Amino acid sequence: MDDDAVFRALADASRRQLLDRLHQRNGQTLGELCQGLDMTRQAVAKHLGVLAEANLVTWRRQGREKLHFINPVPINEIAERWISKFELPRLRALSELKKDLEGEHDDGSSQE
Amino acid sequence: MTEAAKSSFVYVTYIRTTQEKLWAALTTPEFIKKYWFGMNIETDWKAGSPWKLVFPDGRVADTGEIVEIERPKRLVLRWRNLFRPELHEEGDARCAIEIEQAGEVVRLTIMHEIDKPGSKLIGAVSVGWPKILSSLKTLLETGSALPAIGELPKS
Repeated sequence: MDDDAVFRALADASRRQLLDRLHQRNGQTLGELCQGLDMTRQAVAKHLGVLAEANLVTWRRQGREKLHFINPVPINEIAERWISKFELPRLRALSELKKDLEGEHDDGSSQE
Repeated sequence: MTEAAKSSFVYVTYIRTTQEKLWAALTTPEFIKKYWFGMNIETDWKAGSPWKLVFPDGRVADTGEIVEIERPKRLVLRWRNLFRPELHEEGDARCAIEIEQAGEVVRLTIMHEIDKPGSKLIGAVSVGWPKILSSLKTLLETGSALPAIGELPKS
């Protein structure tokens, strides 16, 4: 995929916020994603377009609704590019430790 | 069932190959073993048939039924974990695999869902699928699979 599109898409706090929300709960409509955000519906739709262009978000129609999903592939490719598989378990352990110490552990539902 | 009561994992990747080759890679035992940690899928690939994902030592990891099959475009599986009690008790999940031509390349979409919020099964497949699919992509594009990343799941 186009690396530049991925990095451009990620270089915006609002778009990262949308990815965070999809990571929290996958499969949301535009309306749901707009809730509690300080952005117009049009702005959110535009950001989702940029994210979809970069393959960071994909969507599916379900009845009359369009549901958006986070696609982990481009971010995984970025990680694989600079992080070797030997480093991965250590980095994961350190990241878990940091989360534990800082009390940021969520419910763990998305973790292995 | 509203989307809030579900857990979903979605994976979309583009692979330099053809729909037929990707289909063969997903449904041929010799091919599957190369990128799926040595595991294999046993089934006759017909709608309504059972399938099982088998460890190299013969233990069954996951099982289910082929819900839809449309060569070389679409495969929908009912999916139940067998080897981890906490995943087994969550019940049946659904895994839809779609293969579309996208210009010169093929777009592969995996959507794994269960009607349960905060699913441990979806958490587990979210870790497993990227390893398997990134190895599959490498295999199709270069001819050799990635070395196994991490360890086989333990029973």
